[in-house]
Amino acid sequence: MKTAVIVFPGSNCDRDAQVALKQATGSEPAMVWHKDGTIPDGTDIIMVPGGFSYGDYLRCGAIAGNSPIISQLLSHADRGGYVLGVCNGFQILCETGLLPGALIRNASLHFVCKPQALKVENANTAFTSAYAGRDEISIPIAHHDGNYVADEETLSAVENEGRVAFRYAGNPNGSARDIAGVLSENGRILGMMPHPERAIGDHEGGTDGVALFESLVGAA
Amino acid sequence: MTDASAIITAMQADQTEANAAEHGINAEEWQRLVTRLNRQPNLVELGIYSVMWSEHCSYKSSRRHLSKFPTKNDRVIQGPGENAGVIDIGDGQAAIFKMESHNHPSYIEPYQGAATGVGGILRDVFTMGARPIALVNALRFGSPDHPKTRSLVAGVVAGIGGYGNCVGVPTVAGETQFHEGYNGNILVNAMAVGLADQDKIFYARGATPGNPIFYVGSKTGRDGIHGATMASAEFSEGDEEKRPTVQVGDPFTEKLLIEACLELMATDAIQAIQDMGAAGLTSSSVEMADSGGENGEGIGVEMDLDKVPQREDGMSAYEIMLSESQERMLMVLYPDKIDVAKAVFDKYDLDAEVIGQTTDTGHLVLKQFGEVVCDIPVAPLAEDAPNYDRPWVEPTPRKPLDISSFPEPEDYGEVLLKLMSCPDMASKRWIWEQYDRHVMGDTVDSSQSMGDAAIVRIHGTNKALAITSDCNPRYVAADPFEGGKQAVAEAYRNLSAVGAKPIAITDNLNFGNPEKPDTMGYIVKAIEGMAEACRVLDFPVVSGNVSLYNETDGIAIPPTPVCGGVGLIEDISKIATLKGAQPGDALILIGETKGHLGASLYAREWLGLKGADLGPPPPVDLEKEKRNANFVRALIEQGLVNAVHDVSDGGIACAAAEMALASRLGIGMDIENTSNYDQLYPHGWKKRAFYELALFGEKAGAYLAATSEENHRIIMNLGRTAGIEVTGPGTNSGWFSDRSDSIDIFADTTGNSLLKFPLSTLREAHESWLPRYMSAVE
Repeated sequence: MKTAVIVFPGSNCDRDAQVALKQATGSEPAMVWHKDGTIPDGTDIIMVPGGFSYGDYLRCGAIAGNSPIISQLLSHADRGGYVLGVCNGFQILCETGLLPGALIRNASLHFVCKPQALKVENANTAFTSAYAGRDEISIPIAHHDGNYVADEETLSAVENEGRVAFRYAGNPNGSARDIAGVLSENGRILGMMPHPERAIGDHEGGTDGVALFESLVGAA
Repeated sequence: MTDASAIITAMQADQTEANAAEHGINAEEWQRLVTRLNRQPNLVELGIYSVMWSEHCSYKSSRRHLSKFPTKNDRVIQGPGENAGVIDIGDGQAAIFKMESHNHPSYIEPYQGAATGVGGILRDVFTMGARPIALVNALRFGSPDHPKTRSLVAGVVAGIGGYGNCVGVPTVAGETQFHEGYNGNILVNAMAVGLADQDKIFYARGATPGNPIFYVGSKTGRDGIHGATMASAEFSEGDEEKRPTVQVGDPFTEKLLIEACLELMATDAIQAIQDMGAAGLTSSSVEMADSGGENGEGIGVEMDLDKVPQREDGMSAYEIMLSESQERMLMVLYPDKIDVAKAVFDKYDLDAEVIGQTTDTGHLVLKQFGEVVCDIPVAPLAEDAPNYDRPWVEPTPRKPLDISSFPEPEDYGEVLLKLMSCPDMASKRWIWEQYDRHVMGDTVDSSQSMGDAAIVRIHGTNKALAITSDCNPRYVAADPFEGGKQAVAEAYRNLSAVGAKPIAITDNLNFGNPEKPDTMGYIVKAIEGMAEACRVLDFPVVSGNVSLYNETDGIAIPPTPVCGGVGLIEDISKIATLKGAQPGDALILIGETKGHLGASLYAREWLGLKGADLGPPPPVDLEKEKRNANFVRALIEQGLVNAVHDVSDGGIACAAAEMALASRLGIGMDIENTSNYDQLYPHGWKKRAFYELALFGEKAGAYLAATSEENHRIIMNLGRTAGIEVTGPGTNSGWFSDRSDSIDIFADTTGNSLLKFPLSTLREAHESWLPRYMSAVE
């Protein structure tokens, strides 16, 4: 199992992603600095971590979404590779067009960091299979721009195709239809605002993120 | 276009005593300056003297008193005098930490003031080679009724979050209080804690002659010029016009600077390093020169200011030297490492230039446009800085508060709800939910569980640091010596309450104008009280900051010496928090049963007393403090307790209420009739039971703990053997229950209910005040 984490200037959950992937796979992920430009051949899973890439200047994820390394991310996705984008990573995946919709400022206008109850909307995906039988989980959130928006047609299509992985139980940011995590059409790319890598045990975030990484490693 | 010759003429012009006065240099200091220099300074030199001799940089009013603090114990690697304090946490690792104020800028421009406060304190820590792992902030605002308070809270919180969240360091703990004494002068104190390997600690000292001086980070602009001087003067109406002296922060650049510096520090390229904080390029270069040399004898520095990366055209040497532009560092490199260093900063797209070299002249020499615009000896800047013995008067002791002259509350439930929902006690969820508390993945416990101290794991280990920030300014105002003791003791207590061994503190001493003997008296006595507690508790000061002149229109803030404490947890499985109580657990009291209502939350919030009428604070018995803390830590280590909380503001009633909220369990308690304490109070005492004293009385060295019935008996025996006061259910203590979802308190002698209401009522009262206040429209 080969994994990689793309590190942009301003990424700050890259180490958390590294720890979570190592814990799930038993081997160190490749940490790919955006300028170095090489995602190792044969990478199974790419994680785009949270943080404030390029300081969130211009628009969250916008500059990272147009950086040269993205062409390799797109090739990986074209080949049917797995991609997990968390928080700023979700924003970047939306900017690249790999996922539909966009993330705008929270309805409260405030940054929000708290444990968040999530409904596992579809436990029949590569990212959620280990949640089978569990309706509700708790994963911490920490974001200023997590308010998911898309046009009605897109939202309905995403829902009808079973591409909503998680919904908020108690919407913290104004997201359309309480959507917390969205899958690509082929089900191999997941973007989510909550941080599963902060819920892998031994700290305040709890342990409910472990199953996501287990699911993914099992599928990949 | 830049008119170089006009700038040079202005820079080289001789300055007069009147010019010096405009720079905040008084007649005596002017004489000292001219004598040492043997001539008049030019404009650049005067600017440099004025910031180096400012209160902010020179500690000229507090230095002789700060020397009273103990600064060493077995674990201290570096005490005060460097960028931050360093302690040994075992396994070859060190914790590096400091607290610093950004009070004046935050009042003028709350978002940027608070944000750059966070940025500055982070730099103090990573300058020394530490990766920052936690941020804490201690905030004091004016009365909630004051028209500015709401926008100041909103701006400061957004600024702290905006910077800390982006830079990716968790904000794990803090305190927020309100008092009309801060109406015109809020306090924003930020603390950072970092982690380093002991063999990779970097210092400002030790630079030797002949090496390149390397500037890295953001470009220099005109922002923040004379910030240090502003921080050394009183405020008055209209000071919002000083907004241009507030710096603007860029956390994105700071994040890159952290990564770049730590990457370079992993090589052997850096000989000495100093961040550019207050007084920017001036203080960083002077401090490295002054503490340079193999034996600290001092060296010289020569810099070509044309090489300094600049944001604007036409900046003068004066502006470049006094700018407080953020996110900049100054290093002395080993000569053959310039390329290594440049490559690292190039990776992160940061400016990095060699702007000069160290010399053996002992002089600070600056050039602009090829001309010398400053040539002064370094030593007088630092060592000859004024060191005043300001006159001071002993604060007047307060008369005891005679509680018998006030009627007994008719409804104790109403009192508890009022105390738990008052601005100082109400939940600060609205604030800490705006801070990323979890980034870096090592936050074991943060503000979210209402704990006494945050717990942050040392990455990749089974150990953790406990971190807290404490001060009760009401106690310090009531009696600075006892209040100073209490501030240190409370930090010690809060660390002990989670199971950590307290190691050392950083302090942030916020006071008014030291030139006023009354204020100076508070400064002196508070420092002496703190020093006493540090000594007895073996809890030294390793770093800190003094913020004076916190006055507006001649009125000083309440004296506020904040203590940031750090403790070590050797085994993360052996900790206690507020939330761990189990149904059926006994609620026990460790420490004295007797409470004191002088300077208490009850006296000010329920009785509505102010100033001297509040009476003196509870006394602190430091030996008992130490014994009780050792006892509590031992109970936690042996796994005998499920939850622990120290007893502070609002006494055992508020402490128990907080434990009930955190554990989501009801509590039943019996409260002692305290009329038998009559010998303590002068008159009128036996007419009633004085349950308010037992419920809301405050004290030092006391804890509530939750323990199983079986362990309860063991603890009572351990207490007897050790000579520690432990009180079990029956008197001033009780039981946790999941069958009851209410707080239920009885009088122990009569069995009558003193108060009873559902936990949901308490939670609503505790949680709703701040969000309601912040969303109200003026």
